[in-house]
Amino acid sequence: MKLLAASEHSTGATGQNVIELANDADPFQVSLEGVDRIDLNFPKFTDGRAFSQAFLLRRRLGFQGEIRATGDVLVDQLAQMERSGFDVAVLRADQDLGVAQRVLAAYPGYGVGKYQGDAIDIQPHFVTAATSSAT
Amino acid sequence: MYQYTEFDRQFVKARASQYRDQLTRWQAGQLPEDEFRPLRLQNGWYVQRYAPMLRVAVPYGELSSAQLRVLAKIAREYDQPSAALLEDAQATQDKLGAIPLKNGQSVHSKLTTGYAHFTTRQNVQYNWIPLDKSADVMDLLASVNMHGIQTSGNCIRNITSDERAGIAVDEIADPRPFGEIMRQWSTLHPEFSFLPRKFKIAISGAREDRAAIGWHDVGLQLLRNAEGELGFKVLVGGGMGRTPIIGTVIREFLPWNQIMNYLEAVVRVYNRYGRRDNIYKARIKILVKAEGQRYIDDVEAEYKQIMEHDGGPHTITQAEYDRVAACFVAPTLDCDRKEADAKIAHILRAAAEDDVEFGRWLQQNVAPHQNPDLRAVTLSFKRLGQAPGDATAAQLDVAADLAERFSAGEVRVTHEQNLLLPWVRCDELPELWRAARKAGFAKPNIKLLTDMIACPGGDFCSLANARSIPIAEAITERYQDLDELHDLGEIDLHISGCINSCGHHHSGHIGILGVDKDGKEWYQVSLGGSDGSTLSGPAVPGKAVGPSFSAAEVPEVIEAVLETYRQQREAGETFIATLRRVGAEPFKAAANGARFSAARAETAETAA
Repeated sequence: MKLLAASEHSTGATGQNVIELANDADPFQVSLEGVDRIDLNFPKFTDGRAFSQAFLLRRRLGFQGEIRATGDVLVDQLAQMERSGFDVAVLRADQDLGVAQRVLAAYPGYGVGKYQGDAIDIQPHFVTAATSSAT
Repeated sequence: MYQYTEFDRQFVKARASQYRDQLTRWQAGQLPEDEFRPLRLQNGWYVQRYAPMLRVAVPYGELSSAQLRVLAKIAREYDQPSAALLEDAQATQDKLGAIPLKNGQSVHSKLTTGYAHFTTRQNVQYNWIPLDKSADVMDLLASVNMHGIQTSGNCIRNITSDERAGIAVDEIADPRPFGEIMRQWSTLHPEFSFLPRKFKIAISGAREDRAAIGWHDVGLQLLRNAEGELGFKVLVGGGMGRTPIIGTVIREFLPWNQIMNYLEAVVRVYNRYGRRDNIYKARIKILVKAEGQRYIDDVEAEYKQIMEHDGGPHTITQAEYDRVAACFVAPTLDCDRKEADAKIAHILRAAAEDDVEFGRWLQQNVAPHQNPDLRAVTLSFKRLGQAPGDATAAQLDVAADLAERFSAGEVRVTHEQNLLLPWVRCDELPELWRAARKAGFAKPNIKLLTDMIACPGGDFCSLANARSIPIAEAITERYQDLDELHDLGEIDLHISGCINSCGHHHSGHIGILGVDKDGKEWYQVSLGGSDGSTLSGPAVPGKAVGPSFSAAEVPEVIEAVLETYRQQREAGETFIATLRRVGAEPFKAAANGARFSAARAETAETAA
């Protein structure tokens, strides 16, 4: 997952076709034709609606472009974002990039202990474990 | 019991290290309190009235002796506030005053330390562990495959089940393998870690509902269809709190292997559309009630997409079911039933006192078992001198010993805040009874009035409006006579210190709810609630008898209500059956009548 400092994030004049989706918007109602990037927002980090939006965009609607997390993006939720289908996260201005990278790498359910399937790897652990032990 | 794999062990250890890192950042000021709170909550760490509270997850209530011993060690070494903190807390509680009893004595708050508390959701709580020791405690728990993951926060909480899972004579299928498979699925689910509100699942595999499934966000009932295939009936949107609602059946039959695909749909629709603007309207029950059939249609449409588009990735494979179910194979035990009968008869003949007490214990605390050579025995943690469901470090160690000696090293935490030994040989009942009696666990009051449910209330909890523990003590003190207790029969008395309903007052035959009026403790009494068990009937919230009572009036009200039962009952009729037959009116009248006597007593005391 690509981490951006708040200053590196821009919504206009990027040459990309970007849409910003409020977190109560229905991804099924959006035309994804020609869209390069979708910005999903966390108004508060404890508001988890954008996780489901990202899942639906990536997995259900098969969106191949960039899904970017914006808003109250904190280091301790990055792994959940990546697993839900985000590939870029704009850290809130006060978040430390170094800490973010360290925390993300060590996150349980990310490197170690990923039990359930998600937007990126749909297979739950019990399926992959059975396959790998069979070979 | 479920045997952790290397994968499971690594995960719990990684989670403990992650928590240590978060705690360190918080201590260093790099993580603000508001941002640390949801992280510690999702590891079971609250901050309560005087100290942090840790809730340890006990999946479907199952514990080994080794785990009990670690829980004892945590109680002994970590559940220890500084002397100054304890003294200050006790002084503050003293200001709340004593509750005068009819016999001239009184009860008051007595804060104790070095113990664990069993909760109605089969978990274990501590009240005094300093936050700076919290990471050490997580490491200790991880050493016996335990943790506090998702015991709090707005996520899928610990999944509870029938305390007699895998041993109940009325069982359709063992719910534990499904509980374990769902536990793994829900653990750190990336999409569902910040739901609108907490999310509780209970699963029953027996004909009788002993898991209060109607009262949960999701209630699952294992059953067989006409073709004999195993599946789940799925209830959604039950819950207590200020809006008590019984769950709606949204699926009469779901094939067993589809449960996680279906739950993914249930939770996703909730995550997207559940209210987040008002904490009191954020539970799934409000969404289900507001949307009705539309919610159900949305779930079915989403489930269809998960199956058809996503390919139903969480369909439980036969291999995975078999792997997990193999962990729950019953221990090989048998006994000489003839010899057992002779031994029991011998004790029953022995001393007159023993005769009555042992007989009562066999009747109340011993339950039948799938294996006719075995019994399920409940150790009572409801006795005078300790709060309901509390166990000291020493008592936890003794319980671990008893489990090892008599129950294949396993205990269950029950919904009613006791411990159950699931694998007791019938020829060892007399020895177990003696050992349990010596330890103080043999009170033959299981399911009786004094086997009450009570939350920690205003002695510990920062949400409470009133104290629960002294009320529980006052009633326990009043009903010490076992003859009287047995004559009153099986009664569910549930006490909550506030409307959050952790003491399940809504589902009590008699419910007591702490309310706050002008900064004083008052109690609303309700009648006729049910948890959904056979005794209590279909799940339903109780109804308040009238305006709230003072603490001193509560034992009087209970006595008046029970006296009404004695007058009105027919031969062999339980309290709840009498209440349902004659209606609430005479009971309400008696309860409200008790208001005056207590008020007079209070005036007299003030005058003296």
